[in-house]
Amino acid sequence: MYAFDVTRPKTVAEAVAALAGDEAQALGGGQTLIPTLKQRLASPATLVSLTAIDEMKGVCADGGTLTIGGGTTHATVAAEASAYPALAALAANIGDPAVRSRGTIGGSLANNDPSACYPSAALASGATIVTNNREIAADDYFQGLFTTALNEGEIITAVKFPVPEKANYQKFVQPASRFSLVGVFVAKYADGVRVAVTGASENGVFRWTEAEAALSANFSADAVEGLTASADGLINDLHGDAEYRAHLIKVMTKRAVAAAK
Amino acid sequence: MPKDHGIGASPKRREDVRFLTGKGQYTDDINLHGQTYVHFLRSDVAHGIIKSIDTSDAENMPGVVRIFTGADFEGVGGLPCGWQVTDRHGQPMQEPGHPVLARGKVRHVGDPIAAIVAETKEQARDAAEAIGLDIEELPAVVDMVSALAPDAPKVHDELTSNLCYDWGFVEENKAAVDEAFEKAAHVTTLELINNRLVANPMEPRVAVGDYNQANDESTLYTTSQNPHVIRLLMGAFVLGIPEHKLRVVAPDVGGGFGTKIFHYAEEAFVTFASRQIRRPVKWTSTRSEAFMSDAHGRDHKTKIELALDADNNFMAIRTDTYANMGAYLSTFAPSVPTWLHGTLMAGNYKTPLIYVNVKAVFTNTVPVDAYRGAGRPEATFQLERLVDKAARELGVDPIALRRQNFITQFPYATPVAVEYDTGDYIATMDRMEEIMDISGFEARRKASEAKGKWRGLGVNCYIEACGIAPSNLVGQLGARAGLYDAATVRVNATGSISVMVGAHSHGQGHETTFPQVIAEMIGIDESQVDIVHGDSSKIPFGMGTYGSRSLAVCGSAMVRAAEKVIRKAKKIAAHLLEASEADIELKDGKFSVAGTDKECAWGDVTLAAYVPHNYPLEDIEPGLEETAFYDPANFTYPSGAYACEVEVDPETGKVTIEKFAAADDFGNVVNPMIVEGQVHGGIAQGIGQALLEAAVYDENGQLQSASYMDYAMPRADDVPFYIVDHSCCTPCTHNPLGVKGCGEAGAIGSPPAVVNAVIDALASGGKNVPHIDMPLTPHRVWKAINQ
Ligand SMILES: Cc1cc2nc3c(=O)[nH]c(=O)nc-3n(C[C@H](O)[C@H](O)[C@H](O)COP(=O)(O)OP(=O)(O)OC[C@H]3O[C@@H](n4cnc5c(N)ncnc54)[C@H](O)[C@@H]3O)c2cc1C
Repeated sequence: MYAFDVTRPKTVAEAVAALAGDEAQALGGGQTLIPTLKQRLASPATLVSLTAIDEMKGVCADGGTLTIGGGTTHATVAAEASAYPALAALAANIGDPAVRSRGTIGGSLANNDPSACYPSAALASGATIVTNNREIAADDYFQGLFTTALNEGEIITAVKFPVPEKANYQKFVQPASRFSLVGVFVAKYADGVRVAVTGASENGVFRWTEAEAALSANFSADAVEGLTASADGLINDLHGDAEYRAHLIKVMTKRAVAAAK
Repeated sequence: MPKDHGIGASPKRREDVRFLTGKGQYTDDINLHGQTYVHFLRSDVAHGIIKSIDTSDAENMPGVVRIFTGADFEGVGGLPCGWQVTDRHGQPMQEPGHPVLARGKVRHVGDPIAAIVAETKEQARDAAEAIGLDIEELPAVVDMVSALAPDAPKVHDELTSNLCYDWGFVEENKAAVDEAFEKAAHVTTLELINNRLVANPMEPRVAVGDYNQANDESTLYTTSQNPHVIRLLMGAFVLGIPEHKLRVVAPDVGGGFGTKIFHYAEEAFVTFASRQIRRPVKWTSTRSEAFMSDAHGRDHKTKIELALDADNNFMAIRTDTYANMGAYLSTFAPSVPTWLHGTLMAGNYKTPLIYVNVKAVFTNTVPVDAYRGAGRPEATFQLERLVDKAARELGVDPIALRRQNFITQFPYATPVAVEYDTGDYIATMDRMEEIMDISGFEARRKASEAKGKWRGLGVNCYIEACGIAPSNLVGQLGARAGLYDAATVRVNATGSISVMVGAHSHGQGHETTFPQVIAEMIGIDESQVDIVHGDSSKIPFGMGTYGSRSLAVCGSAMVRAAEKVIRKAKKIAAHLLEASEADIELKDGKFSVAGTDKECAWGDVTLAAYVPHNYPLEDIEPGLEETAFYDPANFTYPSGAYACEVEVDPETGKVTIEKFAAADDFGNVVNPMIVEGQVHGGIAQGIGQALLEAAVYDENGQLQSASYMDYAMPRADDVPFYIVDHSCCTPCTHNPLGVKGCGEAGAIGSPPAVVNAVIDALASGGKNVPHIDMPLTPHRVWKAINQ
């Protein structure tokens, strides 16, 4: 690690002010950022810890919307997001207990790792990413590998999830990291079905629109049977080639549909 | 009734109290006054010429004490290799130099180029970033076969090629073996890869060098499995420090698995540098550094063939193996694919003719050396995959084919130079079939099928040569060391006992099991006995722990020393009891005179030895302390039968292990619970190799699986509840405890069982796939299903 200062503001406003400083960076649970610092791959002058900001924490179900504070840990979502069981289950399967007790939804979405779980839930739910100064639709938010619509110093303060009729997340784990090799989140709403795929694409999370159309017409695993996910632009690595990932997208989609509750 | 103390009882591991409560004293817990820290600047290219190293800016950085490069090691020895293999033509292997810090060239990613010693770790790292390095990158050789092409880049320019040796065993048998293949009714052939592994003990390597100017003594604290071996190698061959001025301490060590046997550059460096700067120097490996500097394991590429006659009797075996040595010869590297591998090729079978060829190859990768099992897992995997394939081709039951060819008469001299003293392969196979409930398999297969899963059953046997090793034999085979061990039994005045042993415990539980043996011999409570290990200034010269040798070799030395102690104690007792020495009996901690009610306690005798007021001083010396060295007459030969049942998800290729049974014959067992723990751990590592782990290099010599993000270690939910059994017991005939060793069995016996099971599962799904290379990741299995 290189040396850095740490501040721990108590409000979003103070955090925004602190992040305006030179080479300041937000620190959520540190589950991605701290390993990056240890490898000396980043050298912020100041880390602005978001962990003392109460207004960014908690899970709240209100009507058809579940709002999760940007600083809420995976463990809290797993325990408290009962209004959206598929989301709670997703959170419960991220990493290990230590990771879940520290890592936050805001950190995960800000980082937008191509193999992370939350991006698929946000995209499949048509969630709204709430920041300190605006609201961003999930469809506009994810912009490729580790790239999002966030501006420098912008903080995710909350995420609003419209609660679906039925949903499920199927994660086929990469054997070493246990991030998703392919993860598929299927969410069925009154006005249609959304299918988001993580882990598979060189461009990060994406919607499988063909499957969405088929499932909107007929919400059953059979509806996907005749489709083929394209291997174009999918990741080729030690753990699976593009063809395998394309195959898994379909298998995981079918399983998610079959398991949706 | 199971015993509650002594040999055969299962007291809990006493060392766990300190390990589980954070009271262990590991090398990294050692911090000395005035200590400095070293950071190694390592090559990030696999092969290149060092054009220049500019340390001038770095030297002026805050906290920098001194920066060393290869030039500072002018006149200092290189890291020695402890084993010289002679090739098929009677020539010694090619043996390149192995400098402490790279000179002229870098040969693998991770090769240390410069060492920055500073007041803090971070300062050392900061300074490393300020070193100007000019390396002219050269093409790398990674693949063993292409490394032998005439125009391949040479890892070591001074050698004639990248071939370390071309070994034939037994060379004289070659013609007869070839002839048997001509005559065979059936030949089964299999090409396979034994995947390269990174041992990844939980504790990374650490070394602290401490030079004391006042008495010219150096101390090295290091994460080693064998402190005396390090003292010998480093003192005599690298730094030229005589033994009486060099102390090597390996305190609590958090797992070794072979990779902490070897003498490493970092150990030599901290010892050397501490003498130069006259301050302690500490190095703690990061996990990332461990991936590119700990010796890796396995990495064989093999073609193996089996010739069978018309009645399915094994006639001959022929193998052709490429073994990766990496960029330099690690301490015992040459012995692993030869004497620890070729000699095991007979397995459990009475195959009369065997020929093994091994070409050891230098590549631009991390050195490869012994890893749990070392050579024996490679032999077992080939053979047991091959026998399974033969059974499939012949349409016979794989268990029946094995049974038909089992060795049943002991001792048995194999055609590959070793003599098995005891074993009962039918008994372990019977036991395995029983505990695995083999007869219930078909029903379980159907139940899986109903869930859309393909279930498979894989079985195999194994034999290993442990209790390493008879010194005169290994000397003939090229070892540059003896492989005996030593123990000192020191009885204290009031009767408690300290045993100083050459073996080193880094997870094996010696602190619990060794006292059980002493307690049994004397009849005192185990709590009266402690062992001392890991410090060359406290223990006799022993060779450490690896090759499942601790109890069989060092334990035997301990028994011999204890026998000497008992003999002397009986003399003292005879004097105290005014009886003839021949009439003295020792039982339950009491000496008695046969046929009388005269007796005295163990403590009376030990006190008399140290307070010799009423003592036969004219006949014997005071005190009660004896040392014994023990050199085994033969290897020990643990054996067993393993079985694994898997379910394969045909849609994704994912394999789950549903059931696993191990029936082992370890000879006599001192602590059944610890033995079972060793088997559990070994199987977990074997499952790791079979399903998960792979060190993968790209063609430029970059390690792709260089962290836990890509290198899959087995976790608790990857392994099943094991059914283990060691009730089959044919005691070793040539050591006093009749023990064989259990440390490596699980890692040797399990990979073929797992792979055989997956092949069987695919067959039950209608896919006849001859072989899949490990690790059987979902991707590989899916590809095999869909090819
Ligand atoms: C062993 C391990 C296993 C894991 N397994 C999984 C897994 O299976 N699935 C999965 O999805 N993830 C996994 N993760 C990642 C984990 O979920 C992280 O917690 C998450 O990716 C980052 O969240 P964080 O709060 O720790 O963010 P940090 O590491 O603190 O920050 C990450 C980035 O986000 C920025 N940031 C943090 N919070 C905010 C915010 N509120 N607003 C704006 N920017 C912010 C930081 O500046 C930084 O750039 C794993 C991590 C580890 C260490």
